[in-house]
Formats: sequence, structure tokens, C-alpha cells
Amino acid sequence: MTVDIDKTPADTPPAGPEAIKAIPVRHYGRYVSAVVAIALLVGVVYAFSQGKINWDAIPDYFFDDRILDGVGKTLLLTVLSMVIGIVGGVLLAVMRLSKNPVTSSIAWFYIWFFRGTPVLVQLIVWFNLGLVFEYINLGPFYKDEWSDFMTPFLTALLGLGLNEAAYMAEICRAGLLSVDEGQTEASHALGMSHSKTLRRIVIPQAMRVIVPPTGNEVINMLKTTSLVSVVQYPELLRAAQDIGQTSGAPAEMLFLAAAWYLLMTSIFSIGQYYLERYYARGSSRSLPATPFQKIRANVLSLSSRSKPTGGKA
Amino acid sequence: MTAMVKAEGVHKSFGPVEVLTGIDLEVKSGEVFCLIGPSGSGKSTFLRCINHLEKINAGRLYVDGELVGYRQKGDKLYELKDSEVAVKRRDIGMVFQRFNLFPHMTAVENVMEAPVQVKGVSRSQARARAQELLDRVGLADKAGNYPSQLSGGQQQRVAIARALAMDPKLMLFDEPTSALDPELVGDVLDVMRDLAESGMTMIVVTHEMGFAREVGDSLVFMDGGVVVESGHPREVLTNPQHERTKAFLSKVL
Repeated sequence: MTVDIDKTPADTPPAGPEAIKAIPVRHYGRYVSAVVAIALLVGVVYAFSQGKINWDAIPDYFFDDRILDGVGKTLLLTVLSMVIGIVGGVLLAVMRLSKNPVTSSIAWFYIWFFRGTPVLVQLIVWFNLGLVFEYINLGPFYKDEWSDFMTPFLTALLGLGLNEAAYMAEICRAGLLSVDEGQTEASHALGMSHSKTLRRIVIPQAMRVIVPPTGNEVINMLKTTSLVSVVQYPELLRAAQDIGQTSGAPAEMLFLAAAWYLLMTSIFSIGQYYLERYYARGSSRSLPATPFQKIRANVLSLSSRSKPTGGKA
Repeated sequence: MTAMVKAEGVHKSFGPVEVLTGIDLEVKSGEVFCLIGPSGSGKSTFLRCINHLEKINAGRLYVDGELVGYRQKGDKLYELKDSEVAVKRRDIGMVFQRFNLFPHMTAVENVMEAPVQVKGVSRSQARARAQELLDRVGLADKAGNYPSQLSGGQQQRVAIARALAMDPKLMLFDEPTSALDPELVGDVLDVMRDLAESGMTMIVVTHEMGFAREVGDSLVFMDGGVVVESGHPREVLTNPQHERTKAFLSKVL
């Protein structure tokens, strides 16, 4: 008899001791705030719909060749700048943490300089570096005038990538420091070299700390690429502005660009979620559920919960 | 029997704190050598000096007849490069109090890692050998589990298998059972007992007096950075000569 009572709560919860029936706390503030929020939203949407904005122009140009080309260039620039940023950042972080005082000072100086000046200024400086270096001369391999060598694309790439490396360096350094020292000791005790320890043991574990802020950086980078319009590179914002000037719908084209940015950052966020999930393996007993799994679990729990309540009704 | 480890006046200090103040001892090949003593007595530090995780400040330390961390030419000492130290560490297995398994790798990958990365053994060969070693420590069915899915005792046994995968000539155990639940201690000690019977040279820092008495060939009691008393475990544990040893044993036994 006692055994039966002990087991019932685990097997069939509704059949256990009588459930407490109490009147839940009413959260009136929630209703009020929801109403206020919806009213504000409706107001803003109404105001925009009544403004002198030709909304039809947006779908007309949404898949315009120039816009799509701009989107492609924005993505290309984002990806390549982040590659430079991540590779450079890991390198700088390792240099900063190294025992060699020369490499750690160089890394410190680099980070100090690139983090301390605005990226817009850096971009313009790269563009105008022809004032200092009239020619670029790499011996027998390459020789050209600076202005021919430093195309808008290269300016944009170097400007964004080198600046990003400084930020990534700090993120990577935090990640490397987050790994328990015992891991390095265990690896060294097995006879693994410094570089193998770093590559095989420390960096994979540091990734858990590095990936989330890096996803943030990617999204930031995607938006920062819009600065590149100042060095004449035809990315999304510039393409939208060009169309805006010729088509006579400048504000509409800015909304269009904003919609594209929002779309792209949303897609990146989803990718980031799955990347974090991948690097979380081994850190907890089970991986966090994907949104799809969460939805399925919710639906299942709802349907199983609805059975007893359905019986009551 | 030859000396596997020989210490002559080993000193170690961390800044102003002197942790080891002249250790002299000799560990013979094939013996189980137990280090006991109160915390802060320097036993773990001494163990870490043996594979050069800590640098000694004075004295000489030899493993298998070779100086640890230095090369002697004439009467001058030359520091070894990191890569040379790494080569020497291959032959010395170490088991940590906090296991220090690689959490992003499964048990079998933990055991395979060093043979593949350091010795260049093929993955398939390393996997087969790792599977064998896991079997030896009684964890053949846990090969695919990540460390976080294993109990402390299981993790420590994987850590022992990982150290054995490099075929060391000397095993260092740094309080291998101190972080374990009491009922898990036995499994780990059983594995260590088996290892001792197979003839492995082992230096064990431990608080398990029962293990020291049964399995140990020599025992050293350390306090305040020096060896206070040494001898056969049964003699030292049942009939300590020094007051300090007597006081310590009366508290732990």
C-alpha cells in the first residue's frame, strides 16, 4: 500500500494527492502595459502609413539587380573582414599571452592603436595613404601606384578587417584565459607541445566563450560595412542611395536597405545559435534543444496536459 | 634495482614562500613510493617538480639518471628548451587530483589524444589501444561518453588510462582520490593496485593510509618542506619514530 502511494506521483501525477486549487495572483500591470504598447505601435504604424512615403517603391526595387549586387558585396565584405578579424584576433591574443615580451608588446600596441581610433577615420586614412606611399613596391613581385593598388574594395577590407582584429583579440584573450589551467598542465604532462596544447586542448574549449560575442561581432560588422560607402565601395547602402537619387525615392530606399540589413542579421542570428550549440558539446550533460525541438516539446506537453483538463471540462 | 627518481637537496620557493627546503630521496625502479603529510607540506609540489611542471630553485633532481629540466656540460647547467622538456614528459604519466580530463573529447578520444598527437600513432591503432586501456580500468562501455557524463571515480580511471596510453616508465599520482566520494575511492585504488602489481614505478601522494600500507614499498612522511621520516610503510605507519609523524598519524588513522 505504502509502495503504491510512493510511486504514484512519479508515474501519474494527476492521480496523486489532491492538487492545490488556488486563485492565481492577477497581474493587472501586464494587461495595462500590453494595451499601452499595442496602442503606441498602432500609432507609429499609422503615422508612417500617412506620411509622404511612396511605399510601393520598396517592393518594386527590393530585388533590383543593383540592390542584390549591393547585398552580395555587403555579405562578401562582412565574411572576408570577419575572416581577417578572427585570424588576426586569435594571432594577437596568443601573442599577447605569450611569454615573449616583444610579441606581447607588439600585440598590445596594435590593439591600443586600432581600438583607440574610430573605424571611419581608419577607412579614410587607408584610402588616402597614397599621400605617404606614392608607390607600392614589393620587389620583383609587384609594383604599382598606391591609388591603383588601393582599390575601394581593398581599402574597405583592410580598414574593417584590421580594426576588427583588435576587438577579436580581446574576445579571444578572454576565451583563452577562461580555460582552466589544469587543462594545459594535463596536456603538457602528456608531452604535448605548446602549440599542440593550444590547438587541440585550449582553443576548442575557449570557443565556447569566444563564439557568442563573435556572433555579435559578425552582426555588428554587417552593419558597419555601411560605413564603407565613404570610400566609394558600392555595397548595399550605397546601392540603395544611388537608386534613391535616380528614382526620386531616397527615403524609401533607406527603408529598403534597413529591411535587407534586418533580414541578414536575423539569418546570422540563427546560424550563431547552432554554432553555440555545437561548441557546447561535452560541457553539459545534454545539449540545449533547438527551437524546433522546443516547439515540438511544447506541443507534446500541451497535448498531454490537455487530457486531464479536457476530462474536467 | 636502479633509482628511477633521485632528489638531492631539492629546494622550491614561490616568491618569498619556501615550499621545499631540501628534499633528499630515492625512488627505486618498480616500486610504489608513497608520499604522505599534512597539506602545505610540499608533497604535491615535489611531485610536480618531477615532470618539471614546477622549476626547482636549488639542488638536483634526476629521473632515470637524467637531470630534470637541465642539461649539464662540465660544471655548467643549460636550461632545456620547451620541446626537450616535452620529450622527457612523454615517459612520465601524471594523474591529477581534479582529473583534468579534456571535457570536449569523449573518454576514448581523451586516451587517444597524446599517442596520436605526440607519438604520431595512427588513429585506428590508437583507438584500439585506448579501448584496451579503458577495458583495463573497467570502463570499456563508457568509451563514447564525455567526461561530464561520468562520475568522479570513472573520470579518474579514464585519466589513469590516458596517462598509461603513453607507455610511461613512471607514474605520478597527485592525491588521485581526494576529490572523490568515499564510495568511489575503492574503484580507483583497485586500478592503482593492479598497476602496481604489473611492476609500474609509481609515486603516490595520498591520504589513503590503507592503500599505502597494503601496496606501498616505501613511504615518506613530509612536513614543512622536508622529509621527516621514511621507511617501509608498515613500519612507519605502525611504529613512527618522530613526534611529528606520531602526531599526524594519530589524527588521520
